[in-house]
Amino acid sequence: MYLGKVVGNVVCTIKDEALVGIRLMLVERLYGGGTVVALDTVGSGPGETVYVCRGKEASFAFKGREVPTEATIVAIVDEVQRMS
Amino acid sequence: MLLARIAGTVVATRKDPRLEGKKLLICQLVNPRGEDEKGYVIAVDTVDAGHREKVLIVQGSSARMASGCKDTPVDAAIVGIVDQVEQEA
Repeated sequence: MYLGKVVGNVVCTIKDEALVGIRLMLVERLYGGGTVVALDTVGSGPGETVYVCRGKEASFAFKGREVPTEATIVAIVDEVQRMS
Repeated sequence: MLLARIAGTVVATRKDPRLEGKKLLICQLVNPRGEDEKGYVIAVDTVDAGHREKVLIVQGSSARMASGCKDTPVDAAIVGIVDQVEQEA
């Protein structure tokens, strides 16, 4: 799992049936790593720092449904405390 | 999940029987602005994407959850055709 910042969203009319009704967000990984498209489960918006689950586990956020995703936003981060 | 642009097709006569009838496409990775990025993937098409269309690709074992890919040897699938990418400046 990693932290990212929501920088936008993606619109797809034609898509896998299991993705209908789910928002696709553009997420820029913090601390380097490029931009990915992640499904949103928490109602995140542009500018927010989020917590992204990746891999097959990303689909576990949609319990009981087989959603083809390898990146899902599972939390909106309020604060990060870093020990240095 | 990644953004990509369809750059070509792959034809394979001898293949795993579970891949029969599936379209394999060459997908050039692109950034949100639509510019080419380094790298490409071969992905199974589940949405009838066409040449040069921008698409959404799911990679890894989650690709098997795409429509019609259950229990198939697939690790990249096209699951959406991108109409628009909105990015904050």
